[in-house]
Amino acid sequence: MDIKDIIKPENKVYGKTPLLKDAILHYCPGCSHGTVHKIIAEIIEEMGIQDRTIGISPVGCSVFAYNYLDIDWQQAAHGRAPALATATKRLMPDKYVFTYQGDGDLASIGTAEIMHACNRGENIVVIFINNAIYGMTGGQMAPTTLLGQVTATTPYGRQADLNGYPLKITELIAQLEGTCYVTRQSVQNPAAVRKTKKAIRKAFENSMMKKGTSFVEVVSTCNSGWKIPPVQANKWMEENMFPFYPLGDMKDR
Amino acid sequence: MAEKILMKGNEAIAYAAINCGCDGYFGYPITPQSEVMETLMKEKPWETTGMVVLQAESETSSINMVYGGACCGKKVMTSSSSPGISLMCEGISYLAGAELPCLVVNVMRGGPGLGTIQPSQGDYFQTTKGGGHGDYRNIVLAPASAQDMYDFVDLGFELAFKYRNPAIILGDGVIGQMMEKVELRPAKARRTDEEIKKLCASWATIGKTADRKANTITSLALEADVQERFNIKLQKKYAEIEANEVRYSTYKTEDAEHLIVAFGCMSRICENVVELAREQGIKLGLLRPITLFPYPKAAIDALVPQLKSIMSVELNAGQMIEDIRLISNGRVPVNFYGRQGGMVPSPEEIFEAFIKTIK
Ligand SMILES: Cc1ncc(C[n+]2csc(CCOP(=O)(O)OP(=O)(O)O)c2C)c(N)n1
Ligand code: SF4
Ligand SMILES: [Mg+2]
Repeated sequence: MDIKDIIKPENKVYGKTPLLKDAILHYCPGCSHGTVHKIIAEIIEEMGIQDRTIGISPVGCSVFAYNYLDIDWQQAAHGRAPALATATKRLMPDKYVFTYQGDGDLASIGTAEIMHACNRGENIVVIFINNAIYGMTGGQMAPTTLLGQVTATTPYGRQADLNGYPLKITELIAQLEGTCYVTRQSVQNPAAVRKTKKAIRKAFENSMMKKGTSFVEVVSTCNSGWKIPPVQANKWMEENMFPFYPLGDMKDR
Repeated sequence: MAEKILMKGNEAIAYAAINCGCDGYFGYPITPQSEVMETLMKEKPWETTGMVVLQAESETSSINMVYGGACCGKKVMTSSSSPGISLMCEGISYLAGAELPCLVVNVMRGGPGLGTIQPSQGDYFQTTKGGGHGDYRNIVLAPASAQDMYDFVDLGFELAFKYRNPAIILGDGVIGQMMEKVELRPAKARRTDEEIKKLCASWATIGKTADRKANTITSLALEADVQERFNIKLQKKYAEIEANEVRYSTYKTEDAEHLIVAFGCMSRICENVVELAREQGIKLGLLRPITLFPYPKAAIDALVPQLKSIMSVELNAGQMIEDIRLISNGRVPVNFYGRQGGMVPSPEEIFEAFIKTIK
């Protein structure tokens, strides 16, 4: 059979959402950021809310998220995305407002902003990419870096007495009265991608119901920062991160 | 006749915000300006004009809320005092770098550090030269009365939107706390969504519609040549502001042989110094810069040929004097008198210091 006989509309099983621009992704091969971008783009298309969605990108590898998703974007200072989102949603309550943040951005420099936005119950969506490392600056220790994990600033592995403990910020967020939905997901295989998509869709829907903040953590890989190839990175994540950061819903109301 | 009400300068900021159609205020308490947010909370403008008022968790957060609101083409503002403004400087640099309009009010207190809660003008350098990182400028208005505090809110927003640049009202503890009669201005309604669309759709994040490309607000440029081109564009804008927006007032400068330059509360006190000098037959005049950026360079320059001396009077160790010296460029002696740490001099004290400089 010729390839032309196969490429026919009736045979189509999958298409790229037009919400994802044609720009070439700058992410390393195997990086979770691209997969999560695609999920968000598909949800915005499926919900038909392109003209009502405002994204807020962080400082971190995903600073350029605005190059890929065809919606209006604000680029925040390091850690401050939840403050931007707070004002944006309060001033334009008919808009879907989401922040997209890494672990350094959300759980280190921006801890105050995320805690207080969630505690106020801002009607926003927070997408939290936890790759246990500072990807953008070259693989330094993140607040979520595991004990023993080697990074550029923990060359002998993270030690509690020297570096403190990995921060389970999502567990803290789940305690806050202002949050309505707090979940931890991953995107290393099709089943996980489907679950994450369901979670993010629910988060977007929640944000119009005045229920409070929806928070979706995605335990992610950073093969460049971890210095292992993509397939091995997935395995390392499953074996080391999932036991410490167990997947599933922490709160849904 | 328009209604006049007795109020503090800080309260005037709050009433002016509601009156001129401000969309959102985000702040964090700090003396001597807490009355701004307290007044807004008491007035509940969200029930009347729909204005959002929110107490943030820090000044860092306040200014980033302002950033978010400004991205949406809204008229948004914050107020604070010196230590809080220092925390905001990162955000103000981002606002300038992203070319966003907003209004920031600084009711200055004595520093450095936690300093005092008494009035000061110690943030002149910080405010007029930038404050945060990078080559940027704020539009800076210096109020000398509660009426100015009221009027500069609307003016600040007008200028901020005209140039898509942060505007700062640089007041001090005297102006913020002093009660004076304030004449209320005709109310302006908040802009409708349609008006914002018309005015800001080319850049604001108000939802990407089919008829336009997506808008991105960012201050990031990875390539040096792109950043340089942008910086040159910013400098052009600042030059335009310098050409069009200088504001100042003069008092008895026509025949003046000596000149005091003072801004804010000090310009009020120095009017009395002019009177004290004139009683003794000394031809002293006063120039009050109303905009500190752009600075009234041409006005001072034009006076230099008739002058024997200039004195800069400030509530700091001598900051504005550097700008005056650049204008004078050695043609006339430029002297200084200042008090610091929250101390405010009397007209007699300044006069005595002035006399010493000309003898
Ligand atoms: C105020 C400030 N401090 C530090 C930096 C440098 N910086 C850029 S990205 C980053 C860490 C980002 O890590 P993370 O949020 O985990 O994102 P990732 O790249 O891993 O997705 C840091 C420290 C900065 N841009 N601004
Ligand atoms: S450095 Fe890490 S987080 Fe950044 S793009 Fe590469 S894999 Fe992704
Ligand atoms: Mg990270």
